[in-house]
Amino acid sequence: MKEAKVVVNNKVGLHARPAALFVQIASKFQSEISVSCHDPKEDKLRTANAKSILGILTLGVFQGIEITIKADGADEEDAAKALVELVENNFGEEA
Amino acid sequence: MKKLKGVAASRGICIGPAFQFLRTELNTEKIEINDPEAEIIRLDDAIKTAKDQIEKIYQKACGESSEADAEIFQAHKMILDDPEMVSAIKTRIVDERVNGEFAVAETAKAFAATMAAMDDEYFAARATDIMDVANRLLRVMLNVAESPTEGLQEPSIIMADDLTPSDTVLLDKTMVLGFCIAQGSATSHTAILARGLGLPAVAGAGNDVMQITSGTKLIVDGSNGLVFLEPDATTEQEYRKRKETSQNLQAEALKFAHEHAKTIDGTEFEIVANIGNVEDAKFAVENGAEGVGLLRTEFLYLERNSLPTEEEQYKAYKAIMDVFGNDPVVLRTLDVGGDKEIPYLHLEKEMNPFLGERALRLCLSRPDIFKPQLRAALRAGVGHNLKIMFPMVATLCCVRDAKAVVDECKAELRKEGIPFADDAEIGIMVEIPSAAVIADQLAKEVDFFSIGTNDLSQYTMAADRTNPRVAKLSNAFQPAVLRLIKMVIKAAHQEGKWVGMCGELAGEPLAAPILVGLGLDEFSMSPPFIPLVKQIIRNLKADVMTDLAEAALQLESPEDIQNLVKKEIPFISEIAS
Repeated sequence: MKEAKVVVNNKVGLHARPAALFVQIASKFQSEISVSCHDPKEDKLRTANAKSILGILTLGVFQGIEITIKADGADEEDAAKALVELVENNFGEEA
Repeated sequence: MKKLKGVAASRGICIGPAFQFLRTELNTEKIEINDPEAEIIRLDDAIKTAKDQIEKIYQKACGESSEADAEIFQAHKMILDDPEMVSAIKTRIVDERVNGEFAVAETAKAFAATMAAMDDEYFAARATDIMDVANRLLRVMLNVAESPTEGLQEPSIIMADDLTPSDTVLLDKTMVLGFCIAQGSATSHTAILARGLGLPAVAGAGNDVMQITSGTKLIVDGSNGLVFLEPDATTEQEYRKRKETSQNLQAEALKFAHEHAKTIDGTEFEIVANIGNVEDAKFAVENGAEGVGLLRTEFLYLERNSLPTEEEQYKAYKAIMDVFGNDPVVLRTLDVGGDKEIPYLHLEKEMNPFLGERALRLCLSRPDIFKPQLRAALRAGVGHNLKIMFPMVATLCCVRDAKAVVDECKAELRKEGIPFADDAEIGIMVEIPSAAVIADQLAKEVDFFSIGTNDLSQYTMAADRTNPRVAKLSNAFQPAVLRLIKMVIKAAHQEGKWVGMCGELAGEPLAAPILVGLGLDEFSMSPPFIPLVKQIIRNLKADVMTDLAEAALQLESPEDIQNLVKKEIPFISEIAS
């Protein structure tokens, strides 16, 4: 299993178009991929399926929040790398 | 032959087959099943079909419609693909041994509720998306027509209870000859749509309308509010003749549509159009509009999931302003309230939406809506003749508040170095009786008035314009309404300000002589009426009309007033019949 941490820095966080892009890219890989982040309100870790737009949206990741991406499967290395790059590049938008 | 009587909602005559516009209820009742595996196969098939449908719409939207529309369908596709959603539906089918329809409906409701509970406009919009997708899936599973117009194969007369704005989006306008509506009145949505298209319509014809089977031959007489079922030969012949006469008149008027509306004795009136989008704008120019007296901006806010951005609005307004070059365009700021379903605005349900926090009242309490619109309008007005108009003004105070927001937007734009139309005139709709009564005070505060006769009649007569039982009262020919109009024009002229009219009365042939006589400066109407009204004005003498208007205002009922006009100006009765 491959695990990576990255901070979401783009303006809207994992919502709208960035969330859609994230799910589209995750869906290209065979590995099972999850995203988790710390929910400050309830002080617990929340996890969602990275291939589920509804799951990603309900995570509620806003600008400045650190997420953990876990990929498990044949292409786990590539999957984690692609998703981290997407986030680091601010989804191709201005931050 | 059977005859139905309704309200004259849009002038003209059409003859053709009826088409029932029916919305289908989706039955998602819970049924216990024995074979969950078969049910899952059925679900997977339906998902595949629904995806294909969305893909097709998406491609179509990419080609012809806005980027925002296309994005919605892209989101819909992702929801159908969502592993969490699909597995939740399947789990329900297997664990609870229930039918797919029930599982889809319940799962979608649960997901939508989670989204809606997140108290954020963006999520509320996704909740709507989920329900839209679920409904599409259910239509496939239940094998019901995708849209109520699917069977509409030949040009027909549309029968419905009433049509909503989202229904009319579905209608292929080339397949519509006219409308016959069970509910509603001359100022309901369907009526406005019909007039904009220049198609005849009868509203408030009663529930008998719903009993007419598709294909029944009909005559719709939109000028007199009559509908004939299976007409006899004599009636049909008479109507064919009348239709021809009015088409000839319209064709004749259209030849001179681009000439000015100048009376015999040389007084010129400005004839402009009521429009709602860029297609209307082009149609208006073809019909001889000398500008726009009412640009309805609601179109930008309907049928979507979030507020239109300033940039999006700027582009839309600019596209329309570009059609008119230096001709005036009066842009009305957002005119919505609790009666319109715009989920992302989260408007509270009101007991009396027409007397509630709507239009300017809403905008003043919601700068997040108001400011982007004003900024977009001011920017789009650069190099054009933009005028900004506020709807639903009742007091001096709200005009001043609105103007302060305009100034605020201008200051921001100046600071940001963004060009804008600094000299845009600011005006108001006069549609609330209080505004008509204090018109002398308001005239000092604004550059122009535009009289909205539909609402002015409804509010003055305390008669709901969408209720066919009191539609007769809510009539702009009522002496009380005409007297208010006279007051407003006089008050504005005393301050050297101009007055327009953008209600339906402005496009009404029988009203033209009275309005000319009262000195109205600008007439704004649905584009198809422009040629005829211009033609009428060209055949009038302004000074004679002043006396006619005075006499009309002394009469006691709308019928008396209309009869006076018909008697004094015989050529109009032919047009108005």
